[in-house]
Amino acid sequence: MNREDFPILKNDFIYFDNGATTLKPKCVVDALDDYYLTYTANAHRGDYDNSQKVDMMYEEVRKKVTQLIHNQDPREIVFTYGTTDSLNMITFGFMEPHLKKGDEVLLTKAEHASNVLPWLELVKKIGIVVRYIPLTSDNQVTIENIEKVITQNTKVISIAHVTNVIGDIRPVKEIGALCKKNNIYFVVDGAQSVPHLPVNVDESNIDFLAFSAHKMLGPTGVGVLYGKLDLLEKMKPTRFGGGMNSDFEADGIVEYKSVPTCFEAGTPPIAGVIGLGKAIDYLLKIGMDNIHKYELELKEYLLLRLKEIPNVIVYNPKSTGGIVAFNLDKVFSQDTAVFLNQFSICVRAGNHCAKILKDELKIKNTCRISFYLYNTKEEIDRLIDVLKKSDQIFKIIL
Amino acid sequence: MDPELRREIIVDHYQNPINKGLIIDDTYLKANTNNESCIDNITVMAKIEDGRFMDIRFDGEACAISTSATSIMIHLCLNKTVEEVEELMAEYEKMLNEEEYQQEKLNELIVYEDIYKQPNRKKCAFLPFDSLKKIIKQYKERGQ
Ligand SMILES: Cc1ncc(COP(=O)(O)O)c(C=O)c1O
Repeated sequence: MNREDFPILKNDFIYFDNGATTLKPKCVVDALDDYYLTYTANAHRGDYDNSQKVDMMYEEVRKKVTQLIHNQDPREIVFTYGTTDSLNMITFGFMEPHLKKGDEVLLTKAEHASNVLPWLELVKKIGIVVRYIPLTSDNQVTIENIEKVITQNTKVISIAHVTNVIGDIRPVKEIGALCKKNNIYFVVDGAQSVPHLPVNVDESNIDFLAFSAHKMLGPTGVGVLYGKLDLLEKMKPTRFGGGMNSDFEADGIVEYKSVPTCFEAGTPPIAGVIGLGKAIDYLLKIGMDNIHKYELELKEYLLLRLKEIPNVIVYNPKSTGGIVAFNLDKVFSQDTAVFLNQFSICVRAGNHCAKILKDELKIKNTCRISFYLYNTKEEIDRLIDVLKKSDQIFKIIL
Repeated sequence: MDPELRREIIVDHYQNPINKGLIIDDTYLKANTNNESCIDNITVMAKIEDGRFMDIRFDGEACAISTSATSIMIHLCLNKTVEEVEELMAEYEKMLNEEEYQQEKLNELIVYEDIYKQPNRKKCAFLPFDSLKKIIKQYKERGQ
């Protein structure tokens, strides 16, 4: 849908790597241009018209984010540099001062490096314990399996809403309720969910949510950290500098601004935030429900058509997000990606930054097709035609 | 090089690599190199005696280019001295970097003569030699 809004699609190529980053509609790029070409100014700094306009535009985006993730208070929205940055802020700004030696954090082996490595740092720094929620045979997270590993020491569950390797959707609403019952902080990596389906932080009792603008039609270098207001008020800034303090003296007495500004030290990615606002407008106009339904339709169509190719192995036929992980039998994933590239089809090969998932999947590397709203069944048809030539793969790539 | 022949050599080494499978023997030196794309993962082990490669083995999961290059490397380096291997490596690096090189020294490795046209695959073609370099370094550091 909406292909005409994406100028890049005029080129003859098929983009199936939306899990990595997405293409940008013209309106988002126009919003960046507009800021850079007609009203450039810093935020929160000046008394002249352009500066006030920037201020207003920037703060307006917080409200748009609340519409997207269904919280009420724009103060709960912190602009960051991306999911990785948000998760680091949560881990080192909130968890480090609030957790103690022996406290347990539950992750899964399907998590992205950004939701594993900060926690492993805390293991070294303060002696928390990381445990992994066992996945079911088709790599899902279930309430039963979480209950099996919860102990009195469990203080945090930190998982992706949708995983980037196999695209399974975790039951966040039920997990959120479980967290509430057991007094556990619920941290959600929304990098692959916020762009693709409705997310409701209130309904799911999510304490912290992280996501990136560039995976949802927006610019690179911008992300969001949502936190419940009372938690953000207890979070420590991890970056210090201009814009986040209200006063300081030479003797080291510093007063920080209130939430969320105290977390946005330095000049923020202003154009990026404004671009993110445009991307949110665009997505909400289509409707997150519609986007999710459409991607699922594409996924089902792809799975159906892949049946025509005998040497394809699909690793996640049951997951309900718009991601298909596959390999050609006896072909290394990177060779498949290079082969598809010869036909201008972009897919991702590798472990997708989920290096410990290999323990569960029993396979290290896969090719990943990740859809977005502008993909079409015709593109899938073209992919299938190409895959049908894969017996010629070495002729084509060597 | 004739593309058909080139393909045949690469595919043959890819599908039937030489000395695949590691053994447990601590007289061997060992090195692992992950390609920067973080996909290819090859471990090479070698037994060097009196400055000569007596055995080289490998294992791992990698693309057609890396795997075949490993197999060809093993084929060419077996029974060679460290100096000879270093010379081969230097010549090979020149070829990959589009510098002047002596083709006759490279033997089957010339199948990768055009690989510079695909910068992301250049790394794959050199991957096994990265491991071999590490092994030679270890050998020299041991002062044997
Ligand atoms: C599930 C998941 N978490 C975190 C990230 C990291 O996002 P970013 O690189 O934008 O910080 C990604 C992106 O690859 C992801 O897919």
